[in-house]
Amino acid sequence: MTSPLLQAIDVHIHFDGLIAADGVTLDVFPEEFLAIVGPNGAGKTTFLNICTGYLKPDKGTVIFAGNDISRKTPRERTQLGIARSFQHPQLFIEQDLMTNILLSIGARDGFWNPLRRLDRPAAVDEAHALLNLFQIDQHADAIIHNLPEGVRKLADIALALALKPRLLMMDEPTSGVSATEKTQVMDILINALQEQSVAAVFIEHDMDVVTRYAHRVAVWNQGKIQICDTPDVVMNDADVRANVIGME
Amino acid sequence: MIRKIALAVIAILLCIGLFVFPWMKAVLTVALAKGIVVLGIMLLLRAGQVSLGHGMFVAVSAYAVAFGNEWLGTNEMLLQIPFAVVVSGVVGLVIGLFVARYRYIFFAMLNLAFSMVFFSFLQKSYRLTGGSDGVSVQTPTIAGLSLEAGTYNWVLFFLALALCVGCVLLAFRFFRSAMGQALSALKTNEVRVAYIGISPWRTMVVIYTLSAMLAGLGGSLLAYTTGHVTPELSYWTRSGEYVFIAILGGTTGILGPFMGAMVFEFIRTYASAWLTNAWQLTLGTILLVIILFAQSGIWGLFAPPPPKAKTPEEKRYDVPAAAGD
Repeated sequence: MTSPLLQAIDVHIHFDGLIAADGVTLDVFPEEFLAIVGPNGAGKTTFLNICTGYLKPDKGTVIFAGNDISRKTPRERTQLGIARSFQHPQLFIEQDLMTNILLSIGARDGFWNPLRRLDRPAAVDEAHALLNLFQIDQHADAIIHNLPEGVRKLADIALALALKPRLLMMDEPTSGVSATEKTQVMDILINALQEQSVAAVFIEHDMDVVTRYAHRVAVWNQGKIQICDTPDVVMNDADVRANVIGME
Repeated sequence: MIRKIALAVIAILLCIGLFVFPWMKAVLTVALAKGIVVLGIMLLLRAGQVSLGHGMFVAVSAYAVAFGNEWLGTNEMLLQIPFAVVVSGVVGLVIGLFVARYRYIFFAMLNLAFSMVFFSFLQKSYRLTGGSDGVSVQTPTIAGLSLEAGTYNWVLFFLALALCVGCVLLAFRFFRSAMGQALSALKTNEVRVAYIGISPWRTMVVIYTLSAMLAGLGGSLLAYTTGHVTPELSYWTRSGEYVFIAILGGTTGILGPFMGAMVFEFIRTYASAWLTNAWQLTLGTILLVIILFAQSGIWGLFAPPPPKAKTPEEKRYDVPAAAGD
């Protein structure tokens, strides 16, 4: 068995009496797609925020590719290879989509050279290829604040993927995407991830999406992982059927 | 097209005016020098920050020029200017390490505070700086030559012009680089900047240092043009003047600061001649008109209109991510 890419070990955090992570331990393996499901307020986004450095846990350790990253900043974790997308897309809204992606590529190589063009042909080609992959290349020149939410959602993920991460953490990648387009979006996304051998952790509410695309599913409940196994096992777990799927 | 013709006509008129009215040379040199300072202000404005204390870097550099003889041991302008720029860059870096942690009103007021501390220092250290009397700037040699006053002023003007062209070309390059584009990114979404692996603080420090160096370059030219430096250079109203010029000229185009500075200097020259006690009233009125009717400044009159404003529906999506579920 390969060694895990990401390890969260006994992670605890609380906000004003609300326990959002109560001893969470989870491994994510290279090239694995792991879905996180669970009711609202169970601590799913909090877990992503802890892994990506937005929040510091009260207790516990996060290890990425063998390095203890518990005390590292979001920037350092990004540089190590953890990229993320957000439930509400976080983009540079006054700039066009192409520039957004180029900034991500530029951040990866050669950010500090003030005379090096951001739109070098190689970088532009790479950005177009990525936007094509997500089928949003026709919006390349549009300013972000003029784009619809669905496109921004994909742009946010494309921006993260442009960093060439080893692990991508996505907070509800298909929320805001219409039900009919969900499968299409996820097909595109999963293909892109497989192509680049990127592991992914994604929070998802749609059980069809989870069953179809995840290798493993972790069920969150009140700051704890109730069960973490293959979709088959999880979906047939009586407790999960009653408490999680029933609620969806 | 009409806009480009208008720009060309203005440029030609300025050139003719320069030869017909020799006094314009001094006004234009000051305008060019201030344009460079304002270019520095524009860097910060693009990152969403207003500095109300950049007069300090102008003053640091102007005093470095005035003391150039003593400190540097040379009266050569081509050595004194780089020296002054480096000094203001170093001061900018040290202060930048601190102020780059702050944003908006805190950033503006901290800059103001630093510049006023420096103003007081210059004012009170009479033995060192001559207090409020200031220090006069010795006429330097240029490339080893001692020029007579008329020639000196021309050379100074063309040097300022050449430096402006150089700054504009470098600025064009800079704004096309990753860091140049990151200015707007810092303004709109610092969280995302960190999540593409870039430190917002470090970027701000670099930008702040660059803007201090530009203020320093402009400051050194101002010192030579006026031939006398006083603590007033660091006074907060002078810093406010640079922000005024930036808004007047517009921050979307690199030529904006220079257009703003020229208009500003001409208004000041004419308004103080014709409306002795009311020239600030004139400036105030113009600022009001710009803010109410032409927010992209003078440059905006010559440039294509900016992208359309957001509808409330679109704005709804700009809410930053919440930390919790």
